[in-house]
Amino acid sequence: MTMIFGVPAAAFYGQLLLGLINGAFYALLSLGLAVIFGLLKIINFAHGAQYMLGAFAAYLLLETLGINYWVALFLAPIIVGAFGVVIERFLLRRITHIDHIYGLLLTFGLALVIQGTFTNWFGVSGSRYPVPEALQGGINLGFMYLPIYRAWIVAVALVVCFAVWFLIEKTKLGGYLRAGTENSALMQAFGVNVPLLVTLTYGFGVGLAALGGVLAAPVYSVSPDMGSNLLIVVFAVVVIGGMGSIVGAILTGLMMGIVEGLTKVYYPEASSVVIFLVMIIVLLVRPSGLFGKGT
Amino acid sequence: MATTETKMTAAQASKQAENRRRYLLYAVLLALALVAPLVAYPVFLMKILCFALFACAFNLLLGYAGLLSFGHAAFLATGGYMTGFLLSNYSITPEVGIITGTLAATVLGTFFGILSIRRQGIYFAMITLALAQMIFFMYLQADFTGGEDGLQGVPRGHLFGIFDLSNNLIMYYFVLAVFLFGFLLIQRTVHSPFGQVLKAIRENEPRAISLGYNTDIYKLVAFVLSAALAGLAGSTKTVVFQLASLGDAHWHMSGEIILMTLVGGVGTLFGPVLGATFVLTLEHQLSQSFLGDWVDVILGVIFVVVVLTFRAGIVGEIQKFMKKNFK
Repeated sequence: MTMIFGVPAAAFYGQLLLGLINGAFYALLSLGLAVIFGLLKIINFAHGAQYMLGAFAAYLLLETLGINYWVALFLAPIIVGAFGVVIERFLLRRITHIDHIYGLLLTFGLALVIQGTFTNWFGVSGSRYPVPEALQGGINLGFMYLPIYRAWIVAVALVVCFAVWFLIEKTKLGGYLRAGTENSALMQAFGVNVPLLVTLTYGFGVGLAALGGVLAAPVYSVSPDMGSNLLIVVFAVVVIGGMGSIVGAILTGLMMGIVEGLTKVYYPEASSVVIFLVMIIVLLVRPSGLFGKGT
Repeated sequence: MATTETKMTAAQASKQAENRRRYLLYAVLLALALVAPLVAYPVFLMKILCFALFACAFNLLLGYAGLLSFGHAAFLATGGYMTGFLLSNYSITPEVGIITGTLAATVLGTFFGILSIRRQGIYFAMITLALAQMIFFMYLQADFTGGEDGLQGVPRGHLFGIFDLSNNLIMYYFVLAVFLFGFLLIQRTVHSPFGQVLKAIRENEPRAISLGYNTDIYKLVAFVLSAALAGLAGSTKTVVFQLASLGDAHWHMSGEIILMTLVGGVGTLFGPVLGATFVLTLEHQLSQSFLGDWVDVILGVIFVVVVLTFRAGIVGEIQKFMKKNFK
């Protein structure tokens, strides 16, 4: 059997793949957080709950209306994104003029409400969501067995991340977004409808979280608390990467997933805390984050 | 000249009258606290006192230094576990256990503080939350915490080897003394020159720096003091309930203490006490009603409503009202 640093190759690559999948979710979620933070200057504490809503939307669409995975992949982010638009329009907009820390507190309250409601409806034990037929099974790559759905998650996440990067950095709409991040008052003076832009941005970021939820539904069990612990890890990822750049958020997410996966191979006891340890080291060595500019 | 003198004496007189009113209020509240266990269930009152101290400690940081910590549960749990572990395994008196627990939280607070004050605002909140989550996972895996079960049946013992704390009434007066110690320490800190500098940092940190203050040291000291008092609350709580559990280390607890402080009034002395009383009473009432499963949802709704319409909190709104109408 081939060994890599004293570990069987199959186990090594298996954990690397799991790490890459986790990293894909970290990247998607921290990307959404960064997009929202850029324009609204708030940290969306409901992001984990909205990721969970995405998974539940897919689950409920299948259970009640028989709508399949492929449609849900588009429909669920739109439904949850629309919910985000309502939240921005009727709640977050009222507190734009005060300290942005209140945005964090308000979205924390929302997260409690959403998670609590779903816990009452569905209980804490998770529900299963089947892997779509076309993505079942796996391929033997010779050095490891690759389940197709897991490869699919990584591929979709990478494509979506690239698309978002392209949208923000290379299109006119993205130009507005970046300009609004720099100076939204000036944008308004130039005749851009900034409040609308803010609403849509929040909805978009929420939609990204929901997309992550749909992708996660077949691999993790769909449960009300699936988002809350994940979100705290994503916060650490955001601190490590800094929210200055889109590319930074994506790369840091993937990197931290891999670090976590490798820790599972060599020292499993530390795998739940390794990302926090990396955060501590980054804070000591480079407080503004790997890709951050200033504090 | 004469007019300014009379003005000054008038101002002094009104200040004196205000002080007199304040001391009268303190005396009435203290009298109430002393007779409370004779009419209400002492264990619930002790719970309120522990959480009131916890909220006051948290408020020292948010209300006076302007730092939102989302990781204070870690200090509550550290104090609690340390005290619980010592009292369960060694024949020491409760006050030694509580002091050691508080010291453990102080050490952890120094570590958290050094790391987290390197960033500001929203990052500060995220860092403290992440660090506290790390501590949560460590306590989940460690042996001395009892994992998911926690430490149960911690003996209350005899205070100073003399007073039997298994008597709820004696226990109550001890907890009241601990609370008053913490509360008065915070009150003195806030009104000291140190507290004034903290407020200056809260209002405008670059300006405080330009005036020559090393703001990092001030923030760190405030953080450590806050963590120590949160640990004191946790240690005392463990002795009262004879239990230290993972729930104390969970992020949910950090959120709850923020809510208590926010509802009562951030940056007011009595706000956190009132907020803790309100939230705990509400939770207690709800858990016995048909809404028992909806406690989290209701707390979340209160969070949203307070942030949208009631940011000064109960005490803050009362102060505003008094200023407007009785000046």
